[in-house]
Amino acid sequence: MEKNQKVGPSSYSEPLVDNPALVTFFIRHLNFWYGDFNALTDVSLDVRKHAITAFIGPSGCGKSTFLRCLNRMNDLIAGTKVEGTVLFDQADIYGQGVDPVDLRRRVGMIFQQPNPFPQSIYDNVAYGPRLQGIKNKAELDAIVEKSLDKANLWKEVKDILNKNGLALSGGQQQRLCIARVLAVQPEVILMDEPCSAIDPTSVQKIEDLMHEIQDQVTIIIVTHNMQQAARVSDYTSFFLQEVAGEPAILVESGPTSDIFTNPIDQRTEDYITGRFG
Amino acid sequence: MSDPTNEYTDWEEFEDGTLTEEEVELADDRWADAEIEDSARSIDETGDEKRNVVAELMRERAAKAQSRADDDTVDKMIGIVDGEAPVGIDDGIDLAAGAGAGKLQLVTRQTQIKEFVLASVFFLCAIVAVLGVALIFAFVAYKAFPIFTEVGFGNFITGTEWSGTEGKFGIVPFIVGSFVVTLGALAIGAPLAVMTAVFLSELASKKIRSFVRPAVELLAGIPSVVYGFFGVVVIAPIVSRLFGGVGFGPLTAWIILSIMIVPTIATLTEDALDSIPMGIREASFAMGANQWQTIYKVVLPAAKLGIIDAVILGMGRAIGETMAVLMVVGNAPQLFAGITRPISTLTSQIVLDMGYATGTQRTALFGMAAILFIISMSLVLTVRLLSRFGQEMSG
Repeated sequence: MEKNQKVGPSSYSEPLVDNPALVTFFIRHLNFWYGDFNALTDVSLDVRKHAITAFIGPSGCGKSTFLRCLNRMNDLIAGTKVEGTVLFDQADIYGQGVDPVDLRRRVGMIFQQPNPFPQSIYDNVAYGPRLQGIKNKAELDAIVEKSLDKANLWKEVKDILNKNGLALSGGQQQRLCIARVLAVQPEVILMDEPCSAIDPTSVQKIEDLMHEIQDQVTIIIVTHNMQQAARVSDYTSFFLQEVAGEPAILVESGPTSDIFTNPIDQRTEDYITGRFG
Repeated sequence: MSDPTNEYTDWEEFEDGTLTEEEVELADDRWADAEIEDSARSIDETGDEKRNVVAELMRERAAKAQSRADDDTVDKMIGIVDGEAPVGIDDGIDLAAGAGAGKLQLVTRQTQIKEFVLASVFFLCAIVAVLGVALIFAFVAYKAFPIFTEVGFGNFITGTEWSGTEGKFGIVPFIVGSFVVTLGALAIGAPLAVMTAVFLSELASKKIRSFVRPAVELLAGIPSVVYGFFGVVVIAPIVSRLFGGVGFGPLTAWIILSIMIVPTIATLTEDALDSIPMGIREASFAMGANQWQTIYKVVLPAAKLGIIDAVILGMGRAIGETMAVLMVVGNAPQLFAGITRPISTLTSQIVLDMGYATGTQRTALFGMAAILFIISMSLVLTVRLLSRFGQEMSG
């Protein structure tokens, strides 16, 4: 079954998008270091606007690290270093003087562990809008309801908005976190294994809402779960760290149907069919 | 959700403990095989397929169990379950229990005794603290009791004049003095300490933290008499020059005491801040909040209870502090009348008079100790109740 085994750092099953208006993130030759450890090397990728892109790969393959490069969350970890180009909406996010705070408002993030603030459900969702200076109660009420509704949580919590967010179940907490992000109307939502710590019903609801909000936001989801990637995403990128201690690479990316049914790279095929990982 | 890397959790969730570990492993293998075959097939059916794998495993296990067990008993039990032999749900109990008799090891007498002794030792250690508080209070109250009968409880705690020679024993000036000194020190020291802790926990680089933190902790190790000297020699002259007066009074005491309570409050607040999960900070940053917004709106509210605890302990330290206060507060048994006018506190007055006081005056000092005890206990309780109330309101 030796087919198209490539030795280069990355191979693509479709040409990169060349119309810049369709691209949310334009990434070229990205290298990432934790201290002396080169975690990712030479990652190049175009992320399509208003599509759902999935990053898959075995544990420790750098897909979460890469995701966190896109809203500069790695800046918060001391001793990290990024090289290469990351354009968000045609602007260099690592350019001189760029304010990561503003970037993160436009590029929201959902984490693996639901992390609501230990405050009321209402205050959780109103957090972002309040940061932006919205004080009007009616306006906040409307944003809170709309965001919770989009996150498929409104029906469950509309009578307990004053309850502490931590009193909800794990799956509800995760949807609360999604509502909290939606409330600031980001252009992109990065999801770092959002469903790996929650119950199946909530997973279903989250996957549903991803499709519902897809026309308003670009979604990038890191997942360990190949079925989930196949179910929800339009495009898929496969990351792999072939040798422990060596940097991880982006092996292949393309439309999800191609990656799952007709991958170009042997390693992708091996992973998809469950031969390792 | 049949994520191959999470199979264990999946199976356990799926059958809720019905499968043994080996069977979970077996199920995993079979499932992985099935999945490779089926990877192209629709994923929605996986629930049913899983169920089949489990059902098959359960059947195999039942068969194995039967062949292992004593045939006779099993036959009888099966009979009972099938409703052939004795009827009634409890009829099989003796039989079922009999089959396993003597196979489980019993708890030995030795183990029981050992565990009892251990539990008792730990209980005794814990009870020492409780008994200590109770005994000290009982002792102080016993020695103080005569003053309440001689002078009268009302006169004692509402009288504003204190003069041993004239036989006037009103302790209002000292109660007011203690409150003034404590609250003032808290007003300066608590924000100072909390901000120090925020700096150490949220802002400082490792390098800076590595010398600021030991410095803060060292403050706790300085004897209070040294603080007192510092107040007398350095702070009092400065206060005197800037604000007039002799330099001994509440203001000087506030400055000295507020430095003294910083390490207590700062260390505990830092612990409280460190215990806040990194995740909620990340969540806040990922929402486009900057560092200050994250600290003020997320981290500090989340650490609220821990910070209140820290401030309570700082308050306890301030209200009970004797030597440093005695040296800088001026020691005049008069009501608080300005930040530079000498006053006296419950603790400092007790120490001042203890050396020579006899008779009623000595008893009055015990009375003051009892009142101090009650005041500091009720302060702690009040703040605790308030914070719990606040917690319920917000959660």
